[in-house]
Amino acid sequence: MTDAHDRSYAGRTALVVDDDPDVLEQIRLFLERLGFRVLAGESQAEGEALVAAAAPDLCIFDLMMEHHDSGFVLAHLMKKKSPQTPVILVTGVAHETGYTFDAATAEMRRWVKADAVLDKDIRFEQLAAEIARLVQP
Amino acid sequence: MTVETLRVLIVDDEPGMRLGAARVLSRHAQSLPELGVEVRFAVETAADAGGALAQLAAAPWDLLLLDYKLPDRTGLEVLDEIRGRGIDVVTVMVTAYASLEVAVSATKNGAFDFLAKPFTPDELKSVVEKAARTVLAHRRALALAEEKRQVRFQFIRVLAHELKAPLGVVDSYLRMVQDRALGDELAAYDRPVERALVRIDGMRRMIVDLLDLTRLESGQKRRDLAAVDVVEEARCGLEGVAAAAAARGIAAELHAPDALPMRADRGELGIVFNNLLTNAVKYNRDGGRVDLTLRPRDGGGVVIEVRDTGVGLAPEDVARLFGEFVRIKNEQTKGIEGTGLGLSILRKLAELYGGDVAVASEPGIGTTFTVTLADAAPDAQP
Repeated sequence: MTDAHDRSYAGRTALVVDDDPDVLEQIRLFLERLGFRVLAGESQAEGEALVAAAAPDLCIFDLMMEHHDSGFVLAHLMKKKSPQTPVILVTGVAHETGYTFDAATAEMRRWVKADAVLDKDIRFEQLAAEIARLVQP
Repeated sequence: MTVETLRVLIVDDEPGMRLGAARVLSRHAQSLPELGVEVRFAVETAADAGGALAQLAAAPWDLLLLDYKLPDRTGLEVLDEIRGRGIDVVTVMVTAYASLEVAVSATKNGAFDFLAKPFTPDELKSVVEKAARTVLAHRRALALAEEKRQVRFQFIRVLAHELKAPLGVVDSYLRMVQDRALGDELAAYDRPVERALVRIDGMRRMIVDLLDLTRLESGQKRRDLAAVDVVEEARCGLEGVAAAAAARGIAAELHAPDALPMRADRGELGIVFNNLLTNAVKYNRDGGRVDLTLRPRDGGGVVIEVRDTGVGLAPEDVARLFGEFVRIKNEQTKGIEGTGLGLSILRKLAELYGGDVAVASEPGIGTTFTVTLADAAPDAQP
């Protein structure tokens, strides 16, 4: 957490949805150290309500919640409402299923409505790097 | 009734026999009601052993009608070849020289049945029907084995996920501490440390549950069967959850006769009561009730009923409830820890006592689990 004391994102809002309360807590703490105001949801249902109501500067969605594709659904809804809002998907799915996807190519981004995909064992340096790439301070 | 098609190879050097049999089978539909299938036949033919072996090697076959006397080799030699190459096909030997000697050596070499030449269409159909049953039974067995393999694979995949998630969480909390991510005040780390310990405890409980489940499934757990007073075990179970219940103002009460003896393993009864009562407290509301009722079962054993005044279950959740690692996630169950294996264990145990687990629930009102256990059989040592 090298950027932990850099509050360069003060005044920005992040929307985080994850059904593991600890992962949610960790991402929230991390983002708050960067200066974000954090809106948090613990399910796809809560996430959908937040997507509809809020205008975040950054979204981080867990992929598998009530449904296997909850994160995809939230990403799709967010991008439909506001195509410019950066979306990061967090997933542990690749390891268990051998099924991999990313958001590195235009072709993948056509159906994965996300700007970045991170593995569930979150490396906060990596998250910081993605945020720096996707959100202007 | 589903239609299954068997691939049949007819080998005979007499064109009349070959084509006649092929015509009969191609037009035939054999209904096997007890297997719920209608069998049709996709037939091809060969005129000699060389041609037959080439076709057998080129594609999978279900059924082979093999003439004994072929121009290039005998049917017995072809059977040898089939066995040598490990080709899996049910073979019916067709012969005009129905000697006992040929029959015996053909059977030794793996022939399934015989058909004496000349044969009528009905005789052909009758032999093929018998062979078709064998082929289909074999198919079913293979499909079942594959299904079991897939279930096992799926279980391990989910298990890996269930253990990996808390490990990732603990890892991240430790990194926060290592990086002093929350500043230099030690108190700031109280919550991360507490949560890491909770998740480690959850992993530990999952491993214990997993071992219980594996022992039950493998039937390798040594059972210590004796006359046990179920009421006493129920009291122990209630004591076990007394602290957790009291902390949330939940009243837990036992309704039972003075004693209720049954033949059982004390440890197994302990797991049953612990599972039922822990759930009843965990998924209750503050200030709620847990009522544990014991009744003698007709014919020996016990009926255990645990009624709570908790969050209850939606009908669609009741259907999923007994699945391994299934935890019902909603606004009310948020923050409740569990492994998702408790009810799987409970059901396995009930089955071990020739009983079952029933659940009745109403959202917002509460849930009642009813576990029926018969006396363990005197010789029930798995």
